[in-house]
Amino acid sequence: MYYLSAIKANSHLNVFLEVYEAEALQRAQEIDRKIAGGTQGRLAGMVVGLKDVISHQDHGLQAGSRILEGFRAQFNATAVERLLAEDAIVIGRQNCDEFGMGSSNENSAFGPVRNGADPSRVPGGSSGGSAVAVQTGMCLASLGSDTGGSVRQPAAFCGLVGLKPTYSRVSRWGLIAYASSFDTIGIIARSVPDAALLLEVIAGKDDYDSTVSQSPVPAYSRQLRLDEKPRIAYIPETIQSAGLSEEIRQTILRNISSLKEDGHRVDAVVFPLLDFILPAYYILTTAEASSNLARYDGVRYGYRSTPAGSLESMYKSTRSYAFGEEVKRRIMLGTFVLSADYYDAYYTKAQKVRRLIKEKTDNIFAQYDFLILPTAPTTAFRLGEHTEDPLKMYLADIYSVQANVAGIPAISIPAGKDQNGLPIGLQIMANRFEEARLLAFAHYLMQHQ
Amino acid sequence: MPSHEIRSAYEAVIGLEVHCQLQTRSKVFASDAVVFGSQPNTNISVITLGHPGTLPKLNRTAVEYAIRMGLACSCEISRYNIFDRKNYFYPDLPKGYQLTQDKTPICRKGSVTVRLKDGSHRDVIMNRIHLEEDAGKSIHLAGEPDTLVDYNRAGTALIEIVTEPVIRTSEEAAAYLTEIRKLVRYLDICDGNMEEGSMRCDANISIMPKGSKVLGTKVEVKNMNSIRNVQRAIDHEIDRQLNETEKGNAIFSETRTFDAGNGQTYSMRIKETMNDYRYFPEPDLAPLVVSEEWLESIRAAMPSLPQELHRRFVNDYGLPDYDAGVLTDSRETADYFEEVCRHTKNYKAASNWVMTAVKSVLNERNLHINDFPVGARELAGLISLVDSGKVNHTIASQKIFPLMIQHGKSAAAIAEENNLLLQSDGGILQTLINEVLLSNPEKVKEFKKGKKALLGMFMGEVMKRSGGKADPKLTTELLGKTLKEI
Repeated sequence: MYYLSAIKANSHLNVFLEVYEAEALQRAQEIDRKIAGGTQGRLAGMVVGLKDVISHQDHGLQAGSRILEGFRAQFNATAVERLLAEDAIVIGRQNCDEFGMGSSNENSAFGPVRNGADPSRVPGGSSGGSAVAVQTGMCLASLGSDTGGSVRQPAAFCGLVGLKPTYSRVSRWGLIAYASSFDTIGIIARSVPDAALLLEVIAGKDDYDSTVSQSPVPAYSRQLRLDEKPRIAYIPETIQSAGLSEEIRQTILRNISSLKEDGHRVDAVVFPLLDFILPAYYILTTAEASSNLARYDGVRYGYRSTPAGSLESMYKSTRSYAFGEEVKRRIMLGTFVLSADYYDAYYTKAQKVRRLIKEKTDNIFAQYDFLILPTAPTTAFRLGEHTEDPLKMYLADIYSVQANVAGIPAISIPAGKDQNGLPIGLQIMANRFEEARLLAFAHYLMQHQ
Repeated sequence: MPSHEIRSAYEAVIGLEVHCQLQTRSKVFASDAVVFGSQPNTNISVITLGHPGTLPKLNRTAVEYAIRMGLACSCEISRYNIFDRKNYFYPDLPKGYQLTQDKTPICRKGSVTVRLKDGSHRDVIMNRIHLEEDAGKSIHLAGEPDTLVDYNRAGTALIEIVTEPVIRTSEEAAAYLTEIRKLVRYLDICDGNMEEGSMRCDANISIMPKGSKVLGTKVEVKNMNSIRNVQRAIDHEIDRQLNETEKGNAIFSETRTFDAGNGQTYSMRIKETMNDYRYFPEPDLAPLVVSEEWLESIRAAMPSLPQELHRRFVNDYGLPDYDAGVLTDSRETADYFEEVCRHTKNYKAASNWVMTAVKSVLNERNLHINDFPVGARELAGLISLVDSGKVNHTIASQKIFPLMIQHGKSAAAIAEENNLLLQSDGGILQTLINEVLLSNPEKVKEFKKGKKALLGMFMGEVMKRSGGKADPKLTTELLGKTLKEI
């Protein structure tokens, strides 16, 4: 099978943590029979990979962490259940940054994933394995997760389509939580129609997730025609920013002018809160993470350090050993911002800022259909380039976190390559639950670039 | 013991926190069964165990139970509820945080009226009732170095009922707890069993100079597994604080545990070193909105409350305050009484029977009233039998009632079969009277001379010969007539 041989040929990229070869082949045969009988599902034969944060019953699940050593999932994530019901084939689980915390896929207990375009470079993160798997033909599409850009940024680094749906559009049942009020399951695919079809299948209400939206799911894959000329906004500061690579700047500007030439309305808009998005994001996500990751304590499952003298020393040695640097950094940050003495100065204030960002973002979408901006400030950087400086690494998310803070859908599409042949991503955001138009516009842009 | 001086110079301030385990069929955020006495770790699921990727799902029945309690205590019901995470590490807490309501308790304010021994009433003002989940149980077996954890209880629905610091004495505290226990049982939301821990109480206790506006440093006392022990623990803790104050020592903010064995409290931990729980809104649960329709349907389904029944028993049945209090002690007793009253109009007699004869049998045999062998209709039958004059009260309570308990037959049938109906056949009674008078000629003479008190003696003799069954009214009448005619 084509995908299995691609996986074998590219094992140096460290993409899959486990490949379900026999199972996938067996399922392929069953689905072939269904196709012969005309009873196949909508995804019949589509080979997908799962980021190692998505629960797949009776399969390993570790969130790229030692703390879940030996853990096997006892249930299917709702998204996985729906993929399987439509006859998709799950080929394996994919390497990622530990618990989705990272922008380069260098924070995995299983070692970094390498970019298929240049193995000395990172694939982006945290869904790095999921992106490279699609990039190198190991599967047709991947389910990843996006808390601050973890699907879009690797898609940009690998020249793919990365879709982060509206918060609550896809059930989080079975998605290992990093920051619950930001987390979404996202899709990495080669084309917009593939992403649209997958979203159509996995989205929608679910009894297991009380926060999921009850609103009906449109047939995205059949609504990919842009019926009218949309109104488009951009925030000049995001393009003028000193941290943005010149080639990406030119790419975005080129896109803006060609849209104008095609008769679209494209306006510069004011968004005064840009500098506050990243701080608010890191305060709130680390706060939620510090609590979400408390369950990994060595008591009920996963890794436990060898017998220690007391309960407290068991907790300490288990968590100190089995969590990686970045995860520990975020747990400490989050615990700090929630602690009684600093709660109001950080957590409460960040909540207020989040509300303001939502309001200001809503204001843009009251007048415009889409917001265009870069996906990331640079193209894929070299392994080890930012590992010494977490702040620099955090800046990799500067353009992507707004969608998570505001809960809106966003997509990254390929927009050419830089002089080193590295893919550049263009990002489009839309109003909540406007995935149909977002996908249609992304499809249009990919065809007209 | 603190001196009389300090005792009269200071007053105590007490606030209570009561946890009640709700009798919902499934857990508050998962569908696992809530069953007591199961094998350890059998009523668990991936949600209860906090497996990665799981999310809580709110049990609406638990919400309804909490609202019932709130309505019973005249609370304001919050229409928009957010759950919060209370973060701390413990092996019996699977997620590393407890889901609770910190900022938006489902019920706010409210009060409960309690009756004290001297007959006075007091309103205990409440701060809140909120919903939360219980933790599992850590088990330490003797001789075993390991701790075992049973997660069956983890995720069971609890309400925490918190009073304002308005209670002044241990007697008030006990009366309040008795009332809360009565309410949760009436509402059928919790079995109120403190010994088994389905109802738990922590007390916050401080002392301050009488009339002061500033509360003293409060001490939290835990581990009291009966209302009686709460009362003892409060008394002891007030004395301890008075003693310390008298010695010039400061009271520390701390948590103390009560030892029922010797009635003392012991320090568990000082508050400064306690957990910072880092509460924040639970992002995994949608806000709980209580609609007007839902609230109305809960209100409509509320059972009668003890105060309402008390009022009705006094007003409609004309019972004394005392009777109404005893009968409304439990919902089942009140129900039984009302059922009896559906079959008899002699409400006071019904009350007397239920309060005395029925209650003492229940106590002796350790029975619940629902298992009492004499049905309400049958008890009413016995009352009618007495009222109609066919049996007297002594025979009814000493002979017929015990047989009814044994055989479950109707009072009339038992009286008939056992020949216990009053003798009201004038002919038979006349024969007995004649026999008695003939065998006591001297006494008859004395009576005729004016010693009227002898009438009682003749009555007694006739009664004796009739085996206690002579109809007293008819006998008196015939006896008087016969004596006059002699």
